[in-house]
Amino acid sequence: MSVSAVFVLDLKGKVLICRNYKGDVDMSEIDHFFPILMQQEEEGLLNPVLSHGSVYFMWIKHSNLYSHALSKRGTSSYSDCLCVCVYQVFTEYFKELEEESIQDNFVVVYELLDELMDFGFPQTTDSKILQEYITQEGNKLEVAKTKVPTTVTNAVSWRSEGIKYKKNEVFIDVIESINVLVNANGSVMSSDIVGSIKLKTMLSGMPELRLGLNDRVLFALTGRDKGKTVAMEDVKFHQCVRLSRFESDRTISFIPPDGESELMSYRINTHVKPLIWIESVIEKFSHSRVEIMVKAKGQFKKQSVANNVEVRVPVPSDADSPKFKTSTGHAKYVPEKNLVVWTIKSFPGGKEFLMRAHFGLPSVENDELEGKPPITVKFEIPYFTVSGIQVRYMKIIEKSGYQALPWVRYITQSGDYQLRTNT
Amino acid sequence: MTDSKYFTTNKKGEIFELKAELNNEKKEKRKEAVKKVIAAMTVGKDVSSLFPDVVNCMQTDNLELKKLVYLYLMNYAKSHPLCTDCEDPNPLIRALAVRTMGCIRVDKITEYLCEPLRKCLKDEDPYVRKTAAVCVAKLHDINAQMVEDQGFLDSLRDLIADSNPMVVANAVAALSEISESHPNSNLLDLNPQNINKLLTALNECTEWGQIFILDCLSNYNPKDEREAQSICERVTPRLSHANSAVVLSAVKVLMKFLELLPKDSDYYITLLKKLSPPLVTLLSGEPEVQYVALRNINLIVQKRPEILKQEIKVFFVKYNDPIYVKLEKLDIMIRLASQANIAQVLAELKEYATEVDVDFVRKAVRAIGRCAIKVEQSAERCVSTLLDLIQTKVNYVVQEAIVVIRDIFRKYPNKYESIIATLCENLDSLDEPDARAAMIWIVGEYAERIDNADELLESFLEGFHDESTQVQLTLLTAIVKLFLKKPSETQELVQQVLSLATQDSDNPDLRDRGYIYWRLLSTDPVTAKEVVLSEKPLISEETDLIEPTLLDELICHIGSLASVYHKPPNAFVEGSHGIHRKHLPIQHGSSGPAAPVDQPQVIPSQGDLLGDLLNLDLGPPVNVPQVCSMQMGAVDLLGGGLDSLVSDPIIIMHPTLCGWKNIIYVLLSNSWSGPGLISVDFLLLLAVLNFCVLQVWLPAAKAKGLEISGTFSRRQGHMYMDMSFTNKALQHMTDFAIQFNKNSFGMIPTTPLAVHTPLMPNQSIDISLPLNTIGPVMKMDPLNNLQVAVKNNIDVFYFSCLIPLSIFFVEDGKMERQVFLATWKDIPNENELQYQIKECHLNADTVSGKLQNNNIYTIAKRNVEGQDMLYQSLKLTNGIWILAELRIQPGNPNYTVKNTLNEKVCPNLWPVLYNIIWMQLWMYYS
Repeated sequence: MSVSAVFVLDLKGKVLICRNYKGDVDMSEIDHFFPILMQQEEEGLLNPVLSHGSVYFMWIKHSNLYSHALSKRGTSSYSDCLCVCVYQVFTEYFKELEEESIQDNFVVVYELLDELMDFGFPQTTDSKILQEYITQEGNKLEVAKTKVPTTVTNAVSWRSEGIKYKKNEVFIDVIESINVLVNANGSVMSSDIVGSIKLKTMLSGMPELRLGLNDRVLFALTGRDKGKTVAMEDVKFHQCVRLSRFESDRTISFIPPDGESELMSYRINTHVKPLIWIESVIEKFSHSRVEIMVKAKGQFKKQSVANNVEVRVPVPSDADSPKFKTSTGHAKYVPEKNLVVWTIKSFPGGKEFLMRAHFGLPSVENDELEGKPPITVKFEIPYFTVSGIQVRYMKIIEKSGYQALPWVRYITQSGDYQLRTNT
Repeated sequence: MTDSKYFTTNKKGEIFELKAELNNEKKEKRKEAVKKVIAAMTVGKDVSSLFPDVVNCMQTDNLELKKLVYLYLMNYAKSHPLCTDCEDPNPLIRALAVRTMGCIRVDKITEYLCEPLRKCLKDEDPYVRKTAAVCVAKLHDINAQMVEDQGFLDSLRDLIADSNPMVVANAVAALSEISESHPNSNLLDLNPQNINKLLTALNECTEWGQIFILDCLSNYNPKDEREAQSICERVTPRLSHANSAVVLSAVKVLMKFLELLPKDSDYYITLLKKLSPPLVTLLSGEPEVQYVALRNINLIVQKRPEILKQEIKVFFVKYNDPIYVKLEKLDIMIRLASQANIAQVLAELKEYATEVDVDFVRKAVRAIGRCAIKVEQSAERCVSTLLDLIQTKVNYVVQEAIVVIRDIFRKYPNKYESIIATLCENLDSLDEPDARAAMIWIVGEYAERIDNADELLESFLEGFHDESTQVQLTLLTAIVKLFLKKPSETQELVQQVLSLATQDSDNPDLRDRGYIYWRLLSTDPVTAKEVVLSEKPLISEETDLIEPTLLDELICHIGSLASVYHKPPNAFVEGSHGIHRKHLPIQHGSSGPAAPVDQPQVIPSQGDLLGDLLNLDLGPPVNVPQVCSMQMGAVDLLGGGLDSLVSDPIIIMHPTLCGWKNIIYVLLSNSWSGPGLISVDFLLLLAVLNFCVLQVWLPAAKAKGLEISGTFSRRQGHMYMDMSFTNKALQHMTDFAIQFNKNSFGMIPTTPLAVHTPLMPNQSIDISLPLNTIGPVMKMDPLNNLQVAVKNNIDVFYFSCLIPLSIFFVEDGKMERQVFLATWKDIPNENELQYQIKECHLNADTVSGKLQNNNIYTIAKRNVEGQDMLYQSLKLTNGIWILAELRIQPGNPNYTVKNTLNEKVCPNLWPVLYNIIWMQLWMYYS
């Protein structure tokens, strides 16, 4: 059930770093990984769990590196999550995880790997805490004052004691991403909201926080029935939140990690009217031209404004000589991605805009079949949440009794926002 | 000068000098120094501070020096830096030391680790304790016995009650790891008190610790539903954890304990509702995590479809999903398809079918077919969608569509035949075996409604030998069907295909199927019609569901590799026979007899078209007793004498044995009991023919009137080739001679062919030709192929025949017991093969008696756990020994045979050899 070894490989399959935890797997097994990867990729059977004989590779690819857990026994599939965590820890240590950064810091990497897992059991993957006792210099061990931070084994393993700020503040960001999938005939196939509440905590000591939202279940529990409430389908919390407490009376109480963190995420599965509605007509006249007409409409309150709107319209890969006409904003052809990107800096609610594009097509047709990439849209609407979620209060209690200020910001943005096209 | 100088010199003194000497460049000096150190040690001086320097001297070829160093080591091992570090005031260093100790995988040293480890397990700092807990698992891996003797397991169990949740989690992890290699010991004594402790620790420890604890909880069997419910209540909050691995582990626990809850209780229903959102949220992670989640959801959906039945939309495929995620989503979509959502699903599938990724498109088309079969109301819509897709004329879409339409015909016969015309239009574009076979099947099945069916099938016949086996088999069957439906016009066609299949093909499956049809058609066309055109059972809803017991086992492994591979751990984890299989808990309820869960009926996947032979492919296997009648028949065949054999263009058969047809029939229907067996059974059929009956080796037509039939046998330690020469020409024959080509066994005739009198027309003569194996050797393909040339006054003729391997089993094949034991051990694993003999109702003694008659000797017999184990040996004429272990479970008619070769045989030859040998052995066994 545990991981036998961890590897980090470069793009060519060369081993940059390896750590053998259990000694039950021959380290040369990794040589088989890359050929298998290539083979499976060719056959179109690639998946994140590969096997060679009795050895299993669970891998992820990030920028230019493969990292892996390798296992012999019936390893839990948490290994994939683990790889992601390992990756996150490395990024926080080295800013950007690249071949060079691994090589330059291999001592620290080994030290980290040692601390992250023992005998294949994952131990601590919280980089904030790790940073307290594994430092970039890597030689502090001899200094006797380096003690194990009690946080490593504490019930509160995410916050150290003795933090001090002159001004006690906490910033709360409520960010909602809209995922939409619209069919070619204009019907919404699926839509949901993925919300996330992020904290930037600058509080001294060990504060006890309580967050109040307009949660429908909570209101129903307490018998309160006024104002708009939100039914959250599924809520995920940072490990600092007392889950059993939330389960029993829907109170979100926690001791926050210091600095930035994601406190919770939620999903709401209601039918949202797509905030920016796109109608498109793409006409392809083989051997001569493609004509594109895109209409974008802001289906949100007139008071709100969507910023940095980008409508990305796919065009055939062999299109040439672009011509555009827009009622607002500007359009640009991005040939390397086969896209027209139509940018509108500010897009008020209720407005409607139009873009026309014209491309030439070569008289010799491309043999390869092309996919039908969807139109995607990116946008940001500040001071607004689709779901109507609100932070009602944030109570901050610390035994020293200081006053602290919570600041709240709301923003709605596009998530996976796809509209399928006909051609 | 002060008196202090004495102190300084003293300080440096002896130890300092020794240190310098130990690091001297000259070997001799070093040796001297070590001797001095040992001397000092013996007189009681403390020289432990020299530890690193002495250890440095270990690297020497000098035996004397080495011994001295070891002597020192034994004395001062305790002062090894690792051991001293275990008492360092800094807990980080203590933990580091104990962690590193466990990583030194040298058995001899482990002894010295015990004391420090014991201390660390009781350390005041939790960080050290948690590291020490893991160290016990490491140590157990190196030396299990010692860990038990030293009582570390008890210390670990004590740690479960530790005040620190991290320590508890690591102790649980270590114990779980250890108990994997001790399946029976109840290491993790899971009682309600311990469970309570674990549940408390669960709330407080890190995410990874929670996983260990949840995994451990899932192995607990609550004593009643109240306890199950209270555990569920305390586990449910974990579903809100941000780490997907924690969520999956929690889902596992809940899925297991759901079994124990009464189905009508409110809590049961609430819990089902709570499971759905977290599973959906798992799909918003990284694609790799999504993949793992989807594989697990695939299991959950099969076990409890109600959980996600409302959520089908989240499995709709996104354009930018990686292909592995797309394929998994598609699979789950089909499982969730129902009448309520079928319109949406079909619209999606049609969308996918126009994508560009070939694999994905194919799967999407296949999915449409599966929807049609699953949701009856939608069948019509699915068929029209498929027709739309066929109109696109995209080659692979058309082919895939035809394959699924075949299945739709199987499910709804006589309903959608109107579309056949459209299908036939695309006949020429089909180039994949699957699609060709499907089309041929459709044409054969509905031959009476297709005017030009004979032309269509004939067009396939032209390149018959270039087709794949699957197409050949289907074509053969289809033409036979056509013939039975329209006998008048197609006689020529059927004869053509039969001769193509039987005479010009090397494929045993095809040949045998051809022979059987031929016999059926020539002896009893009415029966043939009954058999070939019989009513086919409808195919079931879903043939790709996981078999329920396996599914239950996999549910117990949610979140592990097993759930990703959809295989039980013992199927892919090496050396895991010790792992006991997990089961879902059984509700010991008061709710009366367990209500049958409406699991869809699952049919094990079949070797696609092979079974189509008699058009009964999914029919139940014929009952066992009939097999015995086959054996009776076979015996009769031998006893019947060879004189009465009547010649026949294909095989010589015993005229009294009209049961032959039945025999063949039984053999074939048996072969449907499992995929993969079919060709083995055909081989068996061949073996029967080879063995019992004179086979026509040289037909008269090919040898200007000389017909030779024959067989091989072994009598009194000699091999013989028994032949019958028949003169079917109009002139007499003389001057016979025979010669063998070089062959795999170096077989040559011992004496020349002795035919002294001329062979008159219509006369036959029986000859026994003694053989030996001292001739030249050349590897043949197949291995037991023998090429023979026969000469007479007319011409020279050539034929080839197969030698049954059993005639090579020599009489002195009994190996010495001791030698056997030693050899058995030495044989490498890769030379080992296992084989199951099915349906054999003999006891060990009869078996060994029968085998003895055929020179397979029983060396030893043991009874292990109620199973009879026979150890057997046989020797081939070329000196190769084959050892076998035969396991007979009383009451279970299946024998397991494990046999090995003690010589390296060319690996790709071995399976062939093996098959032939065991086919024949099976005959003896029965």
